[in-house]
Amino acid sequence: MNEHIRPAITTLGLMIALTGLAYPLAMTGLGQALMPEQANSSLLSRDEHVVGSAIVGQAFDAPGYLHPRPSAVDYDAAAAGASNLAPTSASLLADQAERAEAFRTENGASRVPVDAVTTSGSGLDPHISPQNAAAQVGRIAQARGVAEPEIQRLIAQHVEPRWLGIFGEPRVNVLLTNLALDAAFPLAPTAPSS
Amino acid sequence: MPTSYLVLILYCAATVGLAMLLAGYMHRVFSGERVWLSPILGPVERGCLAAAGPAATRPQGWAAYAMAVLMFNLAGFVFLYAVLRLQGALTWNPEAIGPMSPDLAFNTAISFVTNTNWQAYSGEVQLSYLAQMVGLTVQNFVSAATGMAVAVAVIRGFVAGGDGRVGNFWTDLVRATLYVLLPISILAAIVLIWQGVPQSLGAYIRATTLEGASQVIAQGPAASQIAIKQLGTNGGGFFGVNSAHPLENPTILSNMVQSVLILLIPVSFCFLFGRMVGDRRQGWAVFAAMGALFVAGLLLIHGFEQAGNPMLTEATGISGANMEGKEVRFGATLSALWAQATTAASNGSVNAMHDSFMPLSGLVMLLNMQIGEVIFGGVGAGFYGMLLYIVLAVFLAGLMVGRTPEYLGKKIEGREVTLAVLAFLSMPLGILIFGALSAVVPAGLAAVQDAGPHGLSEILYAYSSATGNNGSAFGGFGAAAPFHTTLQGIAMLLGRYAIIVPMLAVAGSLATKRAAPATAGTFPTHGPLFVILLIVTVLILGALTFFPALVLGPIAEHVSMLGGQSF
Repeated sequence: MNEHIRPAITTLGLMIALTGLAYPLAMTGLGQALMPEQANSSLLSRDEHVVGSAIVGQAFDAPGYLHPRPSAVDYDAAAAGASNLAPTSASLLADQAERAEAFRTENGASRVPVDAVTTSGSGLDPHISPQNAAAQVGRIAQARGVAEPEIQRLIAQHVEPRWLGIFGEPRVNVLLTNLALDAAFPLAPTAPSS
Repeated sequence: MPTSYLVLILYCAATVGLAMLLAGYMHRVFSGERVWLSPILGPVERGCLAAAGPAATRPQGWAAYAMAVLMFNLAGFVFLYAVLRLQGALTWNPEAIGPMSPDLAFNTAISFVTNTNWQAYSGEVQLSYLAQMVGLTVQNFVSAATGMAVAVAVIRGFVAGGDGRVGNFWTDLVRATLYVLLPISILAAIVLIWQGVPQSLGAYIRATTLEGASQVIAQGPAASQIAIKQLGTNGGGFFGVNSAHPLENPTILSNMVQSVLILLIPVSFCFLFGRMVGDRRQGWAVFAAMGALFVAGLLLIHGFEQAGNPMLTEATGISGANMEGKEVRFGATLSALWAQATTAASNGSVNAMHDSFMPLSGLVMLLNMQIGEVIFGGVGAGFYGMLLYIVLAVFLAGLMVGRTPEYLGKKIEGREVTLAVLAFLSMPLGILIFGALSAVVPAGLAAVQDAGPHGLSEILYAYSSATGNNGSAFGGFGAAAPFHTTLQGIAMLLGRYAIIVPMLAVAGSLATKRAAPATAGTFPTHGPLFVILLIVTVLILGALTFFPALVLGPIAEHVSMLGGQSF
């Protein structure tokens, strides 16, 4: 047994130096030097203020914005999380029915897409489905005082296709689209309350 | 949906193709031959082994090899536990995160040393950057390298010509880390950073959202850890919600890269085995058995998730795939693919929340873990786990025809079968006994979130995951309670070392035997008959052990769901 003590300690020490320090620090140096934007969480700024990350979802309630999916953690990026409820959970089904009703009322939509009533795994899903976005066009157009086709066109430009045409799902990034909406059709300084 | 089947086929083809390439490379690495990285890594390898002393290169018998594994893992446990307890006082802690509690540090240290990477904590809240790098990233590498080393040693036992030697643990460990894990991790980390996974040492960023709310955007040395987390079938996320977190898995490309990495080395071990035993058909036979079980599970989970939740349709009129706990960019297809890969491979990372999958998808995931993580399984661990079933399968075949069973020319006798059964028993012990205890003790039951049969599934999942060294969870289960952190810690130790030690003993026993030449009476172990026998052995021994518990959990939940009963 004693014969194993020296190799155990030296090997562990060397592995710590190599895989716990040299490797992550080299990757950090490389990332910061070559891809600083991505390596620092893809931050987005507007008027010199950080407004979020291009890949992290955030909450939107105002009628002039595209709304994200429901979130089990209310888009608190410091405490990402899911409902973790079973498909047979009565409380989950009640929540989903309530969200469906709210979505219909808010958007005057008859068809409710499934991503509009379900919470994501992270609670920070930056995307919604193109069907979900399309259902919100009327509300956004009205709030911004713009014709529906203009909003429709802007959202269509923000639909991201499947990767290589087959992998993943088509989607709309909510924050990027809302930034584009603000740029193209500015809201009145004080947004009207719904 | 034909597109989604095309996705599954392309994924499988890419993974198997890369795994075959890697197998040839690994064969040269573990034989000590020169590879194209030798000019750079050779000096590092020799330096490491020289520093470790003469014991690091001398050939070992099974007992010395096993003792070296245990000593190295013990040293790793002590160091990691210390880092987790002391992180508050150490550097690279911009968020001023305090020490982990003793029971949680115990659980986490065991979890990472045993390659389980069960997370009863949330990384962005409870770990400093130093603890993530020097603590967890290191164990991500060396627990994977330990598994690979043990598997290579066990395979050597089937080939060795009678001297009882199975190789040297320190040499295998250093080679696995330097030549296999490190280079692939570097490549993967670069791709992940490019795709948007953070890699920094800076403090979290406070953003003000368009609607004026404040939002904390996490940072950290994430990409370097996520690369090895997937490659080494570790699965412990940098962030609490693992690869469902948009910063841990931002794009579809990052998702596909991570999905392939989950199975790359485990699949590769089948072909490595074929090369090491000098008969590639033997490797293909094991691959065929594992592959058939993998594809069956994949098609089931994919089908259930695509079909969606009938109770949701009933309640709201909405139809569509089951999207609760899933991200829009991945949808049901890539979430189902990941769920199957991660539970088959003992990886345990998630890109969607398993607790919210359909009941029978949960059943498949549970079975993947309960049969002992042998559908490719953890790096190395899956393969020596399958060798356990192979020993039992040839034993059963021998009983049927009344001949002394043989595998690769080596006689499988009482000692090997006893040891294999002993190793097998750790799964029912950890899952059924510990699970039953949790289901009756109030401190255990308190962790259950969902009412009805799903509550039992949550307990079963937690103990299947811990004993199978998987690390994924039904997230509603309150695993951070001291009762479970302690019991789960024991289950993880059991599922790791109560299989490693007996399997090394099997190898040691076989290594003392000479291979007999095949005769007309030898049962061929490379043909379809053997593949079917192996699958049936896995299903009968593994699945039937857990069937009663599964009936009360996921199957009862499914039947209730069809009857319109919610809980």
